[in-house]
Amino acid sequence: MTLTAPPAARPAAGGPDLTRAALSGRRRFTNHLATAAIWFAVLLAVIPLALVTYTVIAKGGGVMSLSFLNEDIPNSYRREGGGMGPAIVGTLLITGMAALMAIPLGVFGAIYLNEYGKQRPLARIIRLMSDVMTGVPSIVMGLFIYISWVLLVGEQTGFAGALALACLMLPVVIRSSEEMLRLVPDELRQASMALGARKWKTTLTVVLPAAISGITSGSLLAVARAAGETAPIIIVTGIVFSPNWNLFDGSNTALPAQIFRNASQPFPAAQDRAWGAALTLIVIVLGFTIIARFISSRFAIKER
Amino acid sequence: MASNDTNLTTRPSVAVHAPGTTTSGGESAASVMQLRDVSVYYGSYEAVRGTSMPIQQNQVTAMIGPSGCGKSTVLRALNRMNDPIPGARVSGDVLFHGQDLYAKDIDPIQVRRRIGMVFQKPNPFPKSIYDNVAYGLRINGIKGRLDDHVEEALTKAALWDEVKDKLRKSALALSGGQQQRLCIARTIAVKPEVILMDEPCSALDPIATAKIEDLIFELTNDYTIVIVTHNMQQAARVSHYTAFFTAEVDEAQERHGRLVEFSQTGKLFTNPADKRTEDYITGRFG
Repeated sequence: MTLTAPPAARPAAGGPDLTRAALSGRRRFTNHLATAAIWFAVLLAVIPLALVTYTVIAKGGGVMSLSFLNEDIPNSYRREGGGMGPAIVGTLLITGMAALMAIPLGVFGAIYLNEYGKQRPLARIIRLMSDVMTGVPSIVMGLFIYISWVLLVGEQTGFAGALALACLMLPVVIRSSEEMLRLVPDELRQASMALGARKWKTTLTVVLPAAISGITSGSLLAVARAAGETAPIIIVTGIVFSPNWNLFDGSNTALPAQIFRNASQPFPAAQDRAWGAALTLIVIVLGFTIIARFISSRFAIKER
Repeated sequence: MASNDTNLTTRPSVAVHAPGTTTSGGESAASVMQLRDVSVYYGSYEAVRGTSMPIQQNQVTAMIGPSGCGKSTVLRALNRMNDPIPGARVSGDVLFHGQDLYAKDIDPIQVRRRIGMVFQKPNPFPKSIYDNVAYGLRINGIKGRLDDHVEEALTKAALWDEVKDKLRKSALALSGGQQQRLCIARTIAVKPEVILMDEPCSALDPIATAKIEDLIFELTNDYTIVIVTHNMQQAARVSHYTAFFTAEVDEAQERHGRLVEFSQTGKLFTNPADKRTEDYITGRFG
């Protein structure tokens, strides 16, 4: 009676050698080369990121203090000390107001495009226009708001800045939210429909929750970008040196505008303030990110 | 009104009652639904041509046939699931208790609340097990003792013992077979009269399939079931009535799905009236 040999003695029995050493030199070389290239690319991408963070912290950390965060901006660039209080107030209010206008509108727009409009002519036009709008330079948007709002109400206000930022955010929110809604499998919509859910109910209770974390990330990216916009703020909100909590009355200012103004001065005190403002802005955007991640993880679907 | 104008090669040897008398359970032979010369179109293309058959109450009706014969299309026409497909259209009458489901003033939402559906791929919502079952109850405005309803539905779907300790866990963590039973629980939670199943076991292994088949049998106590399946043995095992569909090519070289034979399952499989049915069930299908 013949028994087959146990498979333990594979290589000896003439089976394939599966060890790495058996690879040809060329394949091993290619493998190492590819790994090295990937690490090199990662390092290359991280270097500017690390350098920016390091420089801003190193140069902006010096002026950072509680008084820097809440003191008024000195109305002479030459003067030492002072703070960025009004700009922080302005950035938070203007960006917050812009987000309040652009995100709901953008998400509802995306819901229309993906759930209702689909390939209808109106939906196609909106999609095309929002793509075009994504490419509009921020200074053009600033001038547009200047003409259509600032000249109309007769003064530069924080709200005008919020309008300009909202216009810049809107197309980004629309398109990123639409992409996220498109990723929601159709089976879920059908399951809901087969249970007798109306379309709005399905959209609100099944589709939107399934896409919410992606929508949050996309919206956040738009907020972060808008928070750093400089040109429209300079054009439509003017400048103040003490905090203006009212978006609808009187000029305002924001951190990017202060960075621009202070950094373009020859005085060391102004330049220090610019670095400090830059650090503050980065921390604020980081704060937005953390808050948004927290919100989306609250909504997110737990896998286990 | 729903009775004698069916154009089938064989007639099921059951009496078909008028609507309103359909309350007897068990081996009742009253028809809940009636298809009369139903054709389904996608745009100008006629996907399924002239289907007439009854759906008997508290019985399992299977639809079998080769791919592309329109059985799923007909199934989806029974609760207006084809509505959102652009260009989809139904002619003929789909009667539910004598009411034409495609009449102008019919609300498709109301139709789907009474005629539920289970899909080919298990498609639980990315929510907790509890919320999956409670979803249908909530959207239908059923308030109060949700917990009881959820437990009842999960018990009927033979899933309660497996999930009772992890109701708050995600439904996506369940196995494929459990997910499909959850989908069935979700469907029966809203207490429909008819449950349509579109190849509910095709993504499952034989053990999970056997569980679903047992479940289908249990469910006939309370529900009427229509099941589409590729699997003839499955049709033979679970159904009381079987409809055999096939695809035929017409003069213009276009394929149309067609109902060939409708009969009691035992009869269709042992003594088919049509040559094409016989060829298909004996594996000689071309």
